[in-house]
Amino acid sequence: MAKEEIVLMKGNEAIAHAAIRCGCDGYFGYPITPQSEVLETLAAEEPWKTTGMVVLQAESEVASINMVYGGGAAGKRVMTSSSSPGIALMQEGISYMAGAEIPGLIVNVQRGGPGLGTIQPSQSDYFQATRGGGNGDYNVIVLAPASVQEMADFVELSFELAFKYRNPAMILSDGVIGQMMEKVVLPPFKPRRTEEELEKECPWAAIGKKKHRAPNIITSLELEPHHMEEKNLHLQAKYQEIREKEVRYEEILCDDADYVIVAFGSASRIAQKAIELCREEGLKVGLLRPITLWPFPSKEIHELSKHVKGILSFEINAGQMVEDIRLAVEGNAPVAYYGRMGGIVPTPEEVVEALKKELITK
Amino acid sequence: MTDNEIIKPENLVYSKPKLLNDNPMHYCPGCSHGVVHKLVAEVIEEMGMEEKTVAVSPVGCAVFAYNYIDVDWVEAAHGRAPALASAIKRLWPDRLVLTYQGDGDLACIGTAETIHALNRGEHIAIIFINNAIYGMTGGQMAPTTLMGMKTATCPYGREADIHGYPLNITQIASTLEGTSYVTRQSVHSVPAIRKAKKAIRKAFENSMRGEGSSLVEIVSTCNAGWKMSPEKANKWMEENMFKSYPLGDLKDSTNLE
Repeated sequence: MAKEEIVLMKGNEAIAHAAIRCGCDGYFGYPITPQSEVLETLAAEEPWKTTGMVVLQAESEVASINMVYGGGAAGKRVMTSSSSPGIALMQEGISYMAGAEIPGLIVNVQRGGPGLGTIQPSQSDYFQATRGGGNGDYNVIVLAPASVQEMADFVELSFELAFKYRNPAMILSDGVIGQMMEKVVLPPFKPRRTEEELEKECPWAAIGKKKHRAPNIITSLELEPHHMEEKNLHLQAKYQEIREKEVRYEEILCDDADYVIVAFGSASRIAQKAIELCREEGLKVGLLRPITLWPFPSKEIHELSKHVKGILSFEINAGQMVEDIRLAVEGNAPVAYYGRMGGIVPTPEEVVEALKKELITK
Repeated sequence: MTDNEIIKPENLVYSKPKLLNDNPMHYCPGCSHGVVHKLVAEVIEEMGMEEKTVAVSPVGCAVFAYNYIDVDWVEAAHGRAPALASAIKRLWPDRLVLTYQGDGDLACIGTAETIHALNRGEHIAIIFINNAIYGMTGGQMAPTTLMGMKTATCPYGREADIHGYPLNITQIASTLEGTSYVTRQSVHSVPAIRKAKKAIRKAFENSMRGEGSSLVEIVSTCNAGWKMSPEKANKWMEENMFKSYPLGDLKDSTNLE
């Protein structure tokens, strides 16, 4: 048997296969384009017959996320996936999970909005994902895959981070990454945790009160304001730790760059081609790809901004990440934005043109 | 018989369930929640499920149920308890998984979660406190508020033209294929409390046998919200609530005693 299994599949299918392989205990979801293949693949694979993973089509995204909240509260590695309008519905449950410090994975295969919008790809949920999204002061760990391989790899990584910090994690993908087919090396099979392993990892989980301990109570409620503030301070300290330890990004040709494009997910793939075109013309352009959108690679972008003539935020939305870049750059270099909306996926040539117009010839 | 003789273990006929702790309850004097909490705790103990119970509390007066019954709890978002419970039970099939919800939670904001969890035949038990009012938020109209009944948001009485009709969700639940035990009880008298306890036991046992969903509605009083004395509230409930929400089993295909 070959050590590596290389297969050709869609990003959405890779999510499903990776979930089964990384010891995920349960998936709860509701159909929505362009991510329905996640649930369809899981239903076809029938992992309940092999690994014992639970798969359930819920009555709504609201129910799905609350199933994830319940399953996570009971210590299990559980997840859901949806696309933008469905993720909007899930914000209630995500906020409760953050407040009660419950781990879980939410996959957003973004489509254009607002409202019902379009089924075509977009990155317009950047604000929603990186600002918490629901009520209250909280953050969700956000990973932005740029390939089908990363769709597969980030499932286990998300669970690891979610359980390490007792916090919801999100894979912020989009219709391009979800629908496109690429070759992918699927992760090796890892068994689901046993009850003993789970109890060791999650002594806080609500799974039945053993005689030797007090009841485990999972709640985000606290009516006494001083206690609630303490709870918030605890959360903020945790978020600060995540900011310090979990920033992930990739730099391509940034060392000698006069200009840098910052782009994530599918936009970073287009930007990669755009910097190649620039280099062919003799323009020294690099790419910084944030892999974690929260925590954002602010320090790295700040450092970069000291040595470049300009930074272009290229995103498939109306200009959201550009705000984080400006905050990071602190006026060190000019920052411009280029993007399209409504499901339009820009070409590398458009990005090069925008870079020239907004920064190089300006 | 002296007092000391009476309290000898062999003479004791009743004791507070161990799972019910000594935290002072926040419920108003005369409220039905205290009695139902006690019954839930008693049944868990009698079934020997103390270490295997995961309970889900709602948003509403019973949000703090976790402060009084010493089992593991998850506090759900408003109306979502059946979704949480569905997942927990599927992931931990050998646990007793129950939800404890009020009428606003279960029959209004959580209608979809309730109907679908029951219709999927989730092996969970739902305890449904129906007092026809939103207690926690100060006595507003509930989906189960009776016609003509006055609340903070229908101060001149519920009218069909303005507010629509009371929702008999337990009756709906009894028509779903996924439910195997649907009953309506109350706790306003000693015989009623005994019957209610039996119903809760049957629901919990049924959920452990894995043969479908169980719903136990407890028609309850909210004397504070109804602006009545506890005694008057009980009487008012008997005279008015029981007409719209008659007591008894609506469905029982459990073959349990």
